[in-house]
Amino acid sequence: MNRRDYLLRKIFFSLVTLAVVVVLNFLLFRVLPGDPVRAVIGRNVRISADTQQALREQFGLDRPVFPDQFLTALGQWARGNLGVSWSLRKPVSEVLLAKLGNTLLLIGLGQILSIILGVALGLLAGWKRKTAVDVGALTFSLIAWAIPTFWLGIILLAAGSTWLGLPTGGIVSPSNVGKPLYTVLPDVTHHLILPTLTLTILYMGEYMLIMRSSIMEVLGEDYILTAKAKGMSHWQVLRKHALKNAMLPIVTLIAINLGFTVSGAIYVETVFSYDGLGKMFQTALVKQDYPLLQGAFLLLAVSVILANFLADILYTYLDPRVKAS
Amino acid sequence: MNPRWLLLKRNLLDFWKTFRRNRMGLAGAFLVLTAILAAVFAPLLTPYTPTETMRDAEGRALTFAPPSVHAPLGTDDAGRDVWTQLVYGARISLTVGFLAGFIAMFIGSLFGITAGYFGGWVDNLLMRLTDVLLVIPDLPLILVLVATVRQLELKVSPLVILILVIGLLYWTSTARLIRSQVLTIKERQYVYRARAIGAGNWHIVRKHILPQIMPLIVANTVLILSTAILIESGLAFLGLGDPTQPSWGTMLNFAFDRNAVSNGAWWFYLPPGLAIIWATLGCVLLGNVLEEMLNPRLASHHLEGEQSIVTQP
Repeated sequence: MNRRDYLLRKIFFSLVTLAVVVVLNFLLFRVLPGDPVRAVIGRNVRISADTQQALREQFGLDRPVFPDQFLTALGQWARGNLGVSWSLRKPVSEVLLAKLGNTLLLIGLGQILSIILGVALGLLAGWKRKTAVDVGALTFSLIAWAIPTFWLGIILLAAGSTWLGLPTGGIVSPSNVGKPLYTVLPDVTHHLILPTLTLTILYMGEYMLIMRSSIMEVLGEDYILTAKAKGMSHWQVLRKHALKNAMLPIVTLIAINLGFTVSGAIYVETVFSYDGLGKMFQTALVKQDYPLLQGAFLLLAVSVILANFLADILYTYLDPRVKAS
Repeated sequence: MNPRWLLLKRNLLDFWKTFRRNRMGLAGAFLVLTAILAAVFAPLLTPYTPTETMRDAEGRALTFAPPSVHAPLGTDDAGRDVWTQLVYGARISLTVGFLAGFIAMFIGSLFGITAGYFGGWVDNLLMRLTDVLLVIPDLPLILVLVATVRQLELKVSPLVILILVIGLLYWTSTARLIRSQVLTIKERQYVYRARAIGAGNWHIVRKHILPQIMPLIVANTVLILSTAILIESGLAFLGLGDPTQPSWGTMLNFAFDRNAVSNGAWWFYLPPGLAIIWATLGCVLLGNVLEEMLNPRLASHHLEGEQSIVTQP
């Protein structure tokens, strides 16, 4: 396929997905029963009928839902205005931005560690097929898949805090709150160990499985046999001919996994009271803070769609079959 | 006897002969069956009811009591027997998982067959829909959906909402799998011949395609069940379950919220998690083995075997 056509198709698909998410978010917001003014300012706030009417006009709620209100909402979202959180009484976008960094730190660390470990182990397992390494790797990924993320977190939390004296939650100790990051780095690292470990175990299994089957497929190709016939050692064949081709599916998997990554963050941050988007999502759910919930959903969904698109572009540079013609 | 029944019986016997030699499959079947039996016979497995508070001689509730003869898995924060909650929780976890799994399987098969058989714009539309669903992060979507539906204050159990939301979102992998199978089957000679003698679409799907993909649907359903059980446990842990009908996930939600960890009550948070792993692992093992038996894809590679095959000059 032509590279330009490929990109155009991907752009079109990303836009369609984006449209689905935006329309869904808008519709869900409108589905909420009762007065839409309430949906904007919160259920339990007392206001007079006059103020309500004023708000109604201010938010354009007296106009038809479609297209007027939809377009207004669209314009607000595009400018980063996601409404006001009921429980925190702050703009949703402000709340989200404050938590974004922490979550990126956590899932970034978890992803990097699990990719390194997963690729290495998967490579070994696929190369030494049907040996103890392979069986061990397969068993691990099977069990890692069946373990509920939050439960693994609880177990590690209990074990780590009891036997290793690791902190049970948060990002920094209370005494270090507000100090600049570089001075409390050891403390932050301490707090990150358990949640990162949970995420690494969770993500690793799949990378391992994909790498294993991918390397097995590549090793079955004829050019590997040719390389071997030339007298290259197994390690040389693996490094020079097999590895680069076998890595391709990992790039796709990183993108596909992003949604899964986000789910993992919600569970892990909840268990470790880690002050990120995931924990905030759970709190918003418990407190029934709909503007916050929907703002967070919009942010997460748009990020994942964008990242998927970027992975698709990256893929065209890595896979010569897309580049050709 | 009915010849169709005899045929089915012979097929099942053949299947069993292959299956019983597969240790992974047997282990999976054992795990799934024991979980189902525990759920069905829950009242026979325990002398208590899940809401009953255990008390000492002075009538005080035995909270966070460690495992003993009276309570094999100890008690929770309100002095209720954990083992009793576990076997009754199996009912909720498995019911939600199975019903959601069956809904997903039904939608997935329907869409997969429609897309694969008819092709064209129908196929395009359905496959793009699955693409979109695959990209949107699933847990945030579910949480927003469940929260919104709950806000409507419908008079339905939270469990019904969970079943529907999981069932209506997790059909995409099934649809893709079924579609690819239908694509190869519909090109076969007997389908062309059936059409040539005037068979309609409905007849061909029912008589020639469905019987071919049925085993695959069964295998995939077992796999979907494991996903559904896992997702249910996660949502229940986040507080979306029915507190009056606790599943394993709800138990973990209670255990975590009521500080079982800091109280050292491992008997409260360990068993429900192990039960979830028990059921999901069983479904995954069984599903994988079934799928493997039904479409074997063998691959061997050139670096396998002895290094000495390549002789150095």
